[in-house]
Amino acid sequence: MKLISLFFTALLAENIVLTKFLGLCPLLGNSRKEENAYKMGLMVVFTVVLSSFISYFFYYQILVPTNTTHLRTLIFIFTIASIVGSLEILIKRYMPTLYKSMGLYIPLITTNCAVLGVSILVIDHAFSLLETLVYSLGSSMGFLLVIYVFSTLRVKMENAPVLEGFKGTPIAFITLGIIALLFTRYGL
Amino acid sequence: MRKIKDGMIKENPLTVLMLGLCSTMAISTTFEKSFLLGVAVLLVLVLSNTIISLSKKWIGKSVTTPSLILIIGTLVTILELLLSTFLKPLYDAFGIYLSLIVVNCILLGRGLQVAMKESVRNSFVDGLGIGLGYLASISFFGFFREILGNGTITLVDATEKIFGQKIVVTLLQGDYLPNALFISPAGAFLTAGILLGILGMRRKKHETH
Repeated sequence: MKLISLFFTALLAENIVLTKFLGLCPLLGNSRKEENAYKMGLMVVFTVVLSSFISYFFYYQILVPTNTTHLRTLIFIFTIASIVGSLEILIKRYMPTLYKSMGLYIPLITTNCAVLGVSILVIDHAFSLLETLVYSLGSSMGFLLVIYVFSTLRVKMENAPVLEGFKGTPIAFITLGIIALLFTRYGL
Repeated sequence: MRKIKDGMIKENPLTVLMLGLCSTMAISTTFEKSFLLGVAVLLVLVLSNTIISLSKKWIGKSVTTPSLILIIGTLVTILELLLSTFLKPLYDAFGIYLSLIVVNCILLGRGLQVAMKESVRNSFVDGLGIGLGYLASISFFGFFREILGNGTITLVDATEKIFGQKIVVTLLQGDYLPNALFISPAGAFLTAGILLGILGMRRKKHETH
């Protein structure tokens, strides 16, 4: 029961994009097409779950026993970079069509704050292994949800009669603000 | 000098290039925090640009990104250690967003685009310009959000240890404003959208004249 509530909290009420601002760059840069948006989202889900799982092991099996927890940022970012690198090689080999459409964006997952952010949050919350898996799955699905919803809105935004100066990013931010209000409720 | 100005206006990392958004939005709830995050990013950016430019001869082409991340990550770790030792309240106020400077696209972007190509001096100046541009815009954003959201301007709070006392100026009091909406996450998006929109309109006007 606790795990289910943790999942939904991470997915909706404490959505990482809308309340913690993680993963904004890919959200603004890579959501022009619905298809690309959910592909990007799925790759992020995969990376986040795997990297927080591996980071969890590194942190509790290597860093804590050797008393070098201050190195966690470096170790985590390397874990993430290696996972993303492997993901790129695997996709290139086994899913050439996906690689054709998304190839350029795969390396950018490394610098997606959502991935490093979730790995660190898991440690800061002192989650157990099971909680780590549930939390990382929930929060990355939250990213997938927001990027997909946002990409469907983006098409309409582009054709809407918006003031000249507000076109593009400004109106995208305002739309995100309204989505955030709906997701998190005002003031919470 | 001109390059510094370019970094602050033409290539401003926040308002024009749209980089490094995560930490900006999260930290800009008070003026003090925004200003200090700006200073932290400025420091790391100037140092990382200089170090990358100094060592670009030894960085192999196939490992460019990991090497840059290693350099930036080391600098951020040093900053984390310094802050957690000497300024614990500020370290706590920054939370995970201090570590997230590592994946701040400004640092890696400038490293790849400028420091790997230009001379040490140019990279240093570029880091200074872009860093100051970031500092200026994040401070302004934090100023705006805090005054509308809380009616105050926090000058000294987490850095109390250095200045000896807290300094918080109350500027705005009323029924509708200040409104906590501006400090909430949703308000960050709305404020950013409106401010960028106004900037965009001014720029359009500028171009047509």
